[in-house]
This record gives sequence, C-alpha cells and structure tokens, in this order.
Amino acid sequence: MNHALILPILLPLITGASLLLLYRLPFGVQRLAGIASTLGLVLLGTWALGAAGGGEYRLYHAGDWPAPFGIVLILDRLSALMLALTAVLGFCCLLYASRGIDRRGAHFHALFQFQLAGLNGAFLTGDLFNLFVFFEILLIASYALLLHGGGRARSRAGLHYVIINLVGSALFLIALGTLYGLTGTLNMADLALEVAAAPAGDTPLLAAASMVLLVVFGIKAAILPLLFWLPRAYSAASAPVAALFAIMTKVGIYAILRVFLLVFGLGEAPVNAAAWQWLWPLALATLALGGVGVLGSDSLRTLTAYLVILSVGTLLATISLVTPATLGAALFYLIHSTGMAAAFFLLADLMGQQRDEGYDRFSVVAPVGHRGVLGSLFFLAAIAAVGLPPFGGFVSKAWILQASAGEPRGLWLWGVLLAAALLTLIAVSRTGSSWFWRPGPAAESRPLDRGCLAIVCAMVALNGVLPALGEPIMAYLTLTAEQLMTPQAYIAAMLPETLALAEEVSP
Amino acid sequence: MELLYAMTLGVLTTCGVYLLLRARTFTVILGLTLLSHAVNLYLFASGRLVAGAPAIVGLAERSADPLPQALVLTAIVIGFAMTAFVVVLALKAAVELRNDHVDGENPDEDRL
Repeated sequence: MNHALILPILLPLITGASLLLLYRLPFGVQRLAGIASTLGLVLLGTWALGAAGGGEYRLYHAGDWPAPFGIVLILDRLSALMLALTAVLGFCCLLYASRGIDRRGAHFHALFQFQLAGLNGAFLTGDLFNLFVFFEILLIASYALLLHGGGRARSRAGLHYVIINLVGSALFLIALGTLYGLTGTLNMADLALEVAAAPAGDTPLLAAASMVLLVVFGIKAAILPLLFWLPRAYSAASAPVAALFAIMTKVGIYAILRVFLLVFGLGEAPVNAAAWQWLWPLALATLALGGVGVLGSDSLRTLTAYLVILSVGTLLATISLVTPATLGAALFYLIHSTGMAAAFFLLADLMGQQRDEGYDRFSVVAPVGHRGVLGSLFFLAAIAAVGLPPFGGFVSKAWILQASAGEPRGLWLWGVLLAAALLTLIAVSRTGSSWFWRPGPAAESRPLDRGCLAIVCAMVALNGVLPALGEPIMAYLTLTAEQLMTPQAYIAAMLPETLALAEEVSP
Repeated sequence: MELLYAMTLGVLTTCGVYLLLRARTFTVILGLTLLSHAVNLYLFASGRLVAGAPAIVGLAERSADPLPQALVLTAIVIGFAMTAFVVVLALKAAVELRNDHVDGENPDEDRL
C-alpha cells in the first residue's frame, strides 16, 4: 500500500496543528512553514496527476480495513485534477496573503492549512460519511478564515454563511441516515450496488435522499435558490481568502459529479434521472442570474462573486447534459473559471489599494495609481474572464458550445451562455473605462507591492498557458470524463470480489 | 417505542425549524441545536431500534448495529463544536453591530 495517498490530507493537517501549538514562533517561521507545506501539496498534486493519469484507481485502506468496512481513500483522474488545482490555487493565495494580509488576524496560516486538509480529504474520500466529516473540516476552517481581519461586514456575512451551512450539514446527515437505513452501507461503491439492487418499494425514499443530497451540494455549489449567501460572504472576505473560496463552490460540483454519477447512477432506472432534470433549468437560471448580477454589482468584489455564480451555472448546465464530451468541456471550464475568479479577487484588492477613496466601489470616481501597469493587467484579466481569445476561457467556452451543439437542449445553453458572456463583457468594460479613463492621474503615488502584482500576473499568465497546452489537457480531461461515465470500473477497483455483480447491474 | 420515537423526532424538528426562521440570533441558534438533536436521533434510528441488545456481534442472540452509534458520536462532536462557534460568532456580531438581529440591523429601530 502506497502511503503517499494520505499525505495530501496529513501534511496540511500536521502543519496546521503544529502551527497552532507553536503559535509563539516568530511570524516569519510560521509563514515559511505554511508556504513549505503548500509547496509540498503542489508537488503531491503533480504526482497525483501522473499516478492517476494511466487510468487505474489507487486505493488507500485506512488501518488496512478492507472496503466496504473501513474508510477508503481513492484516487482517480478527477480527484487528482482537483488536488492539483487546489494546491496551485492555495499556493498563489498563500503567497499573496504573505505580503501582509496574514498579519491582520490570529492563526491565519494554521486555518489555511486546515482548509486545504479539508478540501483534499473531500476530493480523496470514497465514503459518504467521511465526505461529511471533511466537509465539516473545510467549513469550520472557512468560517474562521472568512472572519479573518475582523470588521462589521465580515461578522454580518459570516453569520449568514455559518447558519446556512449548519442547516446544510443537518440535511446532509438526514440524507446519510436515510441511505444507511435503507442500504446498510455508506461506502460509495457498495452504496451504488445496493441502490441499483434496491427493491421497488424503497425507490421513493432513495429518490428523496438523493434530492436532499442535491440540496446540500447545491448550497455548497450555490445553485439558484440556494446562492444568496454567496455575494455578501465572498465580497466581505479578505482578498486571498475570497480567492481560495473560488474552489469551495467547486467542491459542491465535485460532490454532485461523484455522488450522482456513481452512487445513484447504476441500475435499470437510475435514481439520478430526477436530479439531472432539476439541475438543468436551475443551472440555466443560475447562469442567467450570474450575468445580471455581474452587470448590477456595486463593487468589483461583488462583481467577481457573481462571476463565481456565473461559472457555477455554466458548469452545472453543461454537466447536466451528461455526455462524455460535455463533462470534459465542463472540467476544462472548471480549471479556467476557478483560476480567473481567484485572480480577479486578488486584482480587486490590488487596484482597490491604489485608489484614493472608495476601495473597489463603482459609485466612487477616484484616480488609480500606477494606471499603466494596473490598467493593462486589468485589460488582460478581463479578456481572460469574459472568454475571448487567446486565453483559456475562449477554448473552454468553445469546447462547451461544441459539445452541447449535438444535444437538442444545447441551444438553450448556447443562448444563455452567450448572453451572459455579453453582459460580463459590458460590465468589465464599464469598470475598466470608469476606473482608468474617467478620473485624472493620481495626485500622490502609493507604493505598488511588486510581489502581489507578480502573483496576479502569474495567475493570468497561467490562464494564457492553458490553451497553449490545450491538446494534452483536453486529452486528459476527455479520459477523466470517460472514467466518470463508467462507474463500474470504480466499483470493481473498490470491491474486487463483487466485480461480477457490478457487471450484472450495469446500465 | 417506534411511535414515541417518531413523535419526538417530529416535535424536535418542528420546533427547530420554527425557531430557525425567527429573526434574532439567539432563537436561531436554539433552533439549530434542536434540529441537530433531531438529526442525531434520526441517524441513531437508521440502525433500527433494538432494546437491551449489545452492540457487539456474538455476545447475545440479537445485537444492535454499532455503526450508527459511531456515526452519531461523530455527529455530536461536530455539532457541539459548530454550536460553540456559532454562539461566539453571534456574540461578536451582536457587540459589533449593536443588535442581535440576524440581518445585522433591526428593521424597527435602525431605519429612522
């Protein structure tokens, strides 16, 4: 058994716990420990991408208990992709925070590591209850990170965020209790077999449990009726925290992919059909609302929060078409949109600091210092975010449109997606012209943090590299999508002795 | 026993949801607590209700399902930590915002 598989959870967990115990250490050492651990995660993420790239599943049986009795970690292409994305994003956010924002509150680095541990655990686990536990770890770290820096706006937004997520956790447990009561297992692969073989009388209860799970993941992912906590929470958080939170909505999407394609995806009449039916219109509505919200925002951070919502809508609408092509396209868009939303949150902070007054509010007309540099950077970032060539957004959107063109419902997606992109284009052009053209040059020059600037430049540049490496990435993502569409392989890897049974109940 | 158990669950959930929809943070937290009690009981019942049976296979003719008991223990610990956190957060918000309304402003007093 290869113990490297549990390191993405253990490394940040141990670093975080040591940072809590040794909180008297000089701040520079704490910073260095956090950065070193996150750099380790980047290396582990790269290793995971290679290890899962061949298509085989890697398992880690905690305590060497065999599945389905013990807790199992399982690495496949999707998990590896999410691990690597989280690590790179976390590394950028942590470097940005280390330019000074981490000093504004207690225990930033410990909390950041716990957050990463929770995220990695959620991506690796093969057990539904374990997924709940890792959700709680990442949530409680995020509650504290959201409040980092203090202030009235954060307390107010934090209260909403915490309460809605606690209700979500209660619903998660209700769904788990129902599933366990019906099937007697919580291991995802075992659960998939049990659900597929369940007697007809249990179907309504199973469907109910699946819908409760959809609501839970919908709260995390921010689907339309459940997203109103997001703009306020994300725009109140400090910049590197908000940038890290760009991956949090994607955890919900990951959970939807994992649970609805695997656990409820087998059998004659799969339970997940109802979920896809609900997701499609809700995701389109989320996408439309994201577009309108981007146009109606009153500050750059709120605009970015609506960009996150827009990306969630795009992703879920594409995913709910459930074909290998659309899944691959959605995963490409997931990488692009996570990176761009994070870069925009950081850029909003960078530009806000250079304004004489108003920080990032649109209602205030104030000159921006270092107009040339920041204006060019904003121009490039805006092009990347809207999805114009030559950045990753263009490739991902073109792929989404191409993949959905074959579907009869795809035209709806075309219309809403392109309209939302137009609204985004208008909103960012308005921001750029009113910030950089309307006011005169700044009266006094403020120092521009070159480190922060370099990080944001690097993130935008990474987005530009995506299409340059388009072919290998798209090949990898196509294989990931195919792997997701064949849950039988997952079950065969997790429970080798039930291989024959798995083939029997395949759809 | 099942009827009594189901009624308890129902009453706890009803009270929890009602309190959760109130406008002040204290009642909302009480609602969350009641709801988490209901959820814990529900999770416990998912292993079926058995009286007087040990949770170890082989000690007696009938045995109780030990897994839900372990799940409930985990859920209780997590719920406990979350409640403690939300209480502190609500206190912090009440001090900073000068009222305990969930929206941070009292619609009757603040808008003059």
